Amino acid sequence: MSTSNQTEEKIEDIVAKIAELSRLSINSEEIPAYQQQLGHIIQFVKQLDDVGTENVEPMAHPQDQSQRLRADSVTESDQHKYFQENAPLVEAGLYLVPKVIEKAEE
Amino acid sequence: MHSKSIVELNDGLKKGEFSSVELTQHYLQRIKKLDSKLNAFITVCDDSALEQAKQADQRIKAGQSSLLTGIPYAHKDIFCTDGIKTSCGSKMLDSFTAPYDAYVTELLKKDGAVMLGKTNMDEFAMGSSSETSFYGPVRNPWNTACVPGGSSGGSAAAVAANLAPLATGTDTGGSIRQPAALCGITGIKPTYGRVSRYGMIAFASSLDQGGPFARSAEDAAYLLQVMSGFDQRDSTCVDKPVPDYTKSLGDSISGLTIGVPNEYFSDGLDTGVAQSIEQAIKVYEKLGAKIKKITLPNTNLSVPAYYVVAPAECSSNLSRYDGVRFGHRCDDPENLEDLYERSRGEGFGDEVKRRIMLGTYVLSAGYYDAYYLKAQKVRRLISNDFKAAFSDVDVIMGPTTPEVAFKLGEKTADPVTMYLSDIFTIAVNLAGLPGLSIPAGMVNDLPVGLQIIGDYFSEAKLLNVAHQFQQETDWHKQSPKAFS
Repeated sequence: MSTSNQTEEKIEDIVAKIAELSRLSINSEEIPAYQQQLGHIIQFVKQLDDVGTENVEPMAHPQDQSQRLRADSVTESDQHKYFQENAPLVEAGLYLVPKVIEKAEE
Repeated sequence: MHSKSIVELNDGLKKGEFSSVELTQHYLQRIKKLDSKLNAFITVCDDSALEQAKQADQRIKAGQSSLLTGIPYAHKDIFCTDGIKTSCGSKMLDSFTAPYDAYVTELLKKDGAVMLGKTNMDEFAMGSSSETSFYGPVRNPWNTACVPGGSSGGSAAAVAANLAPLATGTDTGGSIRQPAALCGITGIKPTYGRVSRYGMIAFASSLDQGGPFARSAEDAAYLLQVMSGFDQRDSTCVDKPVPDYTKSLGDSISGLTIGVPNEYFSDGLDTGVAQSIEQAIKVYEKLGAKIKKITLPNTNLSVPAYYVVAPAECSSNLSRYDGVRFGHRCDDPENLEDLYERSRGEGFGDEVKRRIMLGTYVLSAGYYDAYYLKAQKVRRLISNDFKAAFSDVDVIMGPTTPEVAFKLGEKTADPVTMYLSDIFTIAVNLAGLPGLSIPAGMVNDLPVGLQIIGDYFSEAKLLNVAHQFQQETDWHKQSPKAFS
């Protein structure tokens, strides 16, 4: 089974990497607590390894429904001004983020 | 006035014994006077509630009232409410004013119900004690040193303390049934797809389901009636007619077959709780029900499977909080990465961060099959257990929780201990079935919840079975002294 794969990195050993993938800043002082807690949760979850699930169809959704489709027609009106009242930083109807594209060196 | 049932309130409103404005003022005053002991509300909506009540009074006068016209309710702060703060218990959304109504909010408005305020909850509905809220913990009205359960703890505490006759909740792993049990009230998690998730802030989309809290099954039937129904905007909402939930409440349950799973009476169950549940089942025998021992062999796998599936879905759903379009944004970001990381790091609390990281881990390349796919297969096994059981029995009964309300802080140190308080409720979400909790006893002056699980779309049957119990017992009529 793939969980016993030699290459598996334990969650305890990669907390900083997982935090980065999750786009979460965490302080280095917080890491030991996360290591302990996340390690414990994964250890708890690992009891699933012992369950025989050969030929069992994975269940992604309670009713195995197929996706319902709708007509491709406009249902929303333009409310961007109202919606942007919640935005932390807006200018000229645009959401502002820190500069992404640097100017080429002169 | 606050001990009246929904039928009595409707009757009083129609006969003009009191107006919706008077009723609303009564509850608003109670909230003002008593909520400082509970912290059940994040936002109290005095002005808009009184305005809604005024309109309801006009409707009632014009003879155009519906099921809940003029009846006040408390709304879990996970449902979007146009123009009103919708925080989901998180610092991330502390400054968020929803720009639209959830479908459930819309339905309640249309029916003429009066929203008293938005209730406190575990942050993003992640928790079983209502202690992870950015707005501080909620307390149990039966004993304020104890938790009310979670995540819908504010709604449950508000109804138990008579600060509202009805409240909404959501249930992803037990977040309606567990707090209903710990607060001694009635709560239903409907079949997945019965109630629209549109505008209900997402945690784990294949598990989340909205539902009602009330003091009795009869009252809950009214709120569920209004909340249910097809909504085009939730792609998983089921297009199936909603039966009249109040009509079948009085049906006889003689001949009903009740399945009692061995696994729900295992070692971890408090003996006082076990005795209360056994007593409750005897009441059903007296009413002519047949009891059948059954087995749900994969029960113990439900919590570990859930803690793969739910965090996986949560890590995906919560990626929308980026500090750009809405929600918390950190000061002076150095670059885009820094904006994302610090906004999220500052905006989310510990439990939410733990679950996002867990979800990221189990979905990452190389682990997906071992964790996520495996958990989905186990989910199928759990669902099959119920399928097999329902070929033999009409409903399943057991305890809602392994013990009565625990003390604040008692389970916060170890997440797994907290997770296990949902051991009897989680499997129902994984399968997508409806489940209900009603008060069925007291242990150490704290309420015990009886859980009744039904087959898909059997809400009317569940309410009928619960109502029949409440005709024979008065557990649902008890109120904590300080709030009665």
